[in-house]
Amino acid sequence: MAGKTLYDKLWESHVVREEADGTCLLYIDRHLMHEVTSPQAFEGMRLAGRKPWRNTSIVANPDHNTPTDHWDEGIKDSISRLQVETLDANIKDFGALVYFPFKHANQGIIHVIGPEQGTTLPGMTVVCGDSHTSTHGAFGALAHGIGTSEVEHVLATQTLVAKRSKRMLIKVEGKLGAGVTAKDIALAIIGRIGTAGGTGHAIEFGGAAIRDLSMEGRMTLCNMAIEGGARAGVVAPDAKTVEYLQGRPYAPKGADWDKAVAYWETLKSDADAVFDTVIELDAARIEPQVTWGTSPEQVLPIGGRVPNPADEADPQKRGGIERALQYMGLAADTPLADIKLDKVFIGSCTNSRIEDLRAAAAVAKGRKKAANVQQVLVVPGSGIVKRQAEAEGLDKVFIAAGFEWREPGCSMCLAMNADRLEPGERCASTSNRNFEGRQGAGGRTHLVSPAMAAAAAIAGHFVDIRKF
Amino acid sequence: MKAFTQLDGLVCPIDRANVDTDAIIPKQFLKSIKRSGFGPYLFDEWRYTDHGEPGMDCSKRPLKKDFVLNQSRYKGAQILLARDNFGCGSSREHAPWAIEDYGFQVVIAPSFADIFFGNCYKNGILPIVASAAIVDQLFRECAAQKGYRLRVDLETQTVRNPAGEWFEFDITPHRKHCLLNGLDEIALTLQYADEIRAFEARHKAAQPWLFA
Ligand code: SF4
Repeated sequence: MAGKTLYDKLWESHVVREEADGTCLLYIDRHLMHEVTSPQAFEGMRLAGRKPWRNTSIVANPDHNTPTDHWDEGIKDSISRLQVETLDANIKDFGALVYFPFKHANQGIIHVIGPEQGTTLPGMTVVCGDSHTSTHGAFGALAHGIGTSEVEHVLATQTLVAKRSKRMLIKVEGKLGAGVTAKDIALAIIGRIGTAGGTGHAIEFGGAAIRDLSMEGRMTLCNMAIEGGARAGVVAPDAKTVEYLQGRPYAPKGADWDKAVAYWETLKSDADAVFDTVIELDAARIEPQVTWGTSPEQVLPIGGRVPNPADEADPQKRGGIERALQYMGLAADTPLADIKLDKVFIGSCTNSRIEDLRAAAAVAKGRKKAANVQQVLVVPGSGIVKRQAEAEGLDKVFIAAGFEWREPGCSMCLAMNADRLEPGERCASTSNRNFEGRQGAGGRTHLVSPAMAAAAAIAGHFVDIRKF
Repeated sequence: MKAFTQLDGLVCPIDRANVDTDAIIPKQFLKSIKRSGFGPYLFDEWRYTDHGEPGMDCSKRPLKKDFVLNQSRYKGAQILLARDNFGCGSSREHAPWAIEDYGFQVVIAPSFADIFFGNCYKNGILPIVASAAIVDQLFRECAAQKGYRLRVDLETQTVRNPAGEWFEFDITPHRKHCLLNGLDEIALTLQYADEIRAFEARHKAAQPWLFA
C-alpha cells in the first residue's frame, strides 16, 4: 500500500465519522473569526438557542473595517463601526480564547495574529470565514476558508461536514536568485497552473526552495494557494517551524512542548505517498513577478511586456486579455518596466509581516518616493509587527522616504475602510487579489513582492529589483 | 429550523426566468450584520421605486404597484411560483434568508441554480422542481383564479391544485428527513454529539496542548 501524504495524515487524524459516500465529520481545533463573516452565524446560534461547543477554540479580532490612521477618532463609517461593535458584543456573549478588540496593542489581520500568538500549530485543523485561511497551512496545519453557515456549524458542533480533496504536490527545487521571494514563487506558480489549477485539490508545497523559505515566506506562499484555486496549501513542519513557535504565548510549554515537537516531526508525506497531480518548478528560473491583468494568473516576469491579444489563438482567452487590458488601461506590448504608478500599498495578510517590512525598508533606505507616486501606504500586519518594525527603526526609513506608516489592518487590500484607490488609479500592491474594483471601484492593481513594491515607489514605475 | 410537513398556501407568481440572487436581495444588504429582517427588502429593486438601503423603514417607501408582491391578491402568499434557473448568481445565503423571512416556505420552478437550491434546504425552504408543462399550467391557473392555492405535502411528495389534480416531486431521503423533522445541518450533526465528545476526549489525550 502506498504511503500517506501530509494532507491525508492531517485529515485522518480529525475524522469523527465517515459516511459511505466519503462525507466526513471533521473535528476543528482552531476557529478564527473576524467581523465581516461572523455576525449572521452568531445570530443563528442565538435564534436556535445554541451555545458554542468549545469557545476556547476561538481566536478573533476585527481587521477588515478598522481604520489605519487617526485611531483616536474611532471608526467613522457607521456600518463599519456597527460590524466591529457587533463582534465585540458577540465575543462578550459567546466567549473566546483570544480576542483583540479594535485598538488593542496586539490587534491586526487575523491571519497574522494566529501564528504570532502561537494559536496556529502543526497538526491542527484551522478554519475561518475567510478564504485566506490557507495561510496557516505554512505550519503544517490543515487550514481553509468556510462560508457563514459553516461558521455557525463549527461554533455549534466543533465540526465541519466535508469531503476529502485531491492531493497536489508543487515541488520547487533549487535555489532562488537574489531579490526573488516567496511572493514571486506564489505568482509564478499561479501563472503556471492558472487560477483554477488547484480546484478540488489541497496543495503541498515541497522541495529545497520551500524548505529554504522562512516561516513568513511560507505563509505568503500558502496564503495564495487559494488564488491557485486550492482551498488549502500546506508545508511540512520542520526545525524552522519549531523555532518560530517556541515561546509564543499560546504555544505548548514544558513537557507538552517536547511531546508536541515529537509529534510534529511525524507530520510529513511518506516517501512513497502518491499525489493526484505533481507540478515541478526550478527556483533558479523564477524571476521577480508583476501581474498585468485582473486575475492573479495574468502575471509575467518583470522583464516581460504586456501581452498582445492578437498573439492569442483561443478566442475565449483573447477576449479575456482584451477586457483586462481595457480595464487596466494598458496598451499591448508595453514593457512592464514602463508602467507608471499612482499609489503603492505594502501590507495585507500576504505581505505585512516583519520580514516583508524589512525587505521594503532595505530598498527605501536613503531614497525618496518618486514625484508621480501620490501615496505609499505601509500597513503592518499586527500591533506586534508594528512595534518590532519601530524598534528596528523601519518606520523612520519609510517616513524619510515619503511613505506613510500606518496602524495595522487589512486596509487597501480590499478597501473596506477609508484606504482605497480612486477610479483609474494604478497601484503596485503586495496583496493577493487584482480583481476589478478590489482596491476601490475602478482601481488598477498590480501584484508584486514587498521589495518590488518599494522599488516601484522610488522609481515611479516598475523596476527589476535585481538591478535596482 | 422549523419542521415542514404540509402547507396549504396562497401562490404568488414571478413570471420571469433567471431571477438572480442580486434581484432577490441586492448587494447593499450584504453589509447587514443580521440574517433575519431581510423580508421587507426581498426583490427590493422590483418592489420599490426608490433605492433601498439596509435599515430603511419600508412601510413608507414608494411602491411599484404592478409588482406581484405589491398586489393585494398575493398578500400573505407562502408559495412562490417561478420560472427556469431561479436563484442564479452569487452564493449569498441572504437570498434564502430573505425569501424565508418574507414568509415563503415553498418555491416551485422548472429549474433552480445549484447553490441556491442547496441553500434553501439549509434554511427551511422546500424548493420543488416541476416540469415546464406543469409550471405553465400553474401560472395559467394562478392568473385566472384570485386566491389560487396549492396543497403541498412533503410526506407523500405531492402538490395538489384546487381542482384536485396533483403531481409528484423528487427530494432526497436525507433532505426530506431533515425538513420533516425540522433538522438543520447543525441539529443533524448534534445527533452525533456523543461521537464528537468521544473523539474530542481521544484527541485531547493525544495532543493535550490543543486544548490549553
Ligand atoms: S488582508 Fe486582505 S486578503 Fe487578507 S484577510 Fe484582510 S482583506 Fe482578506
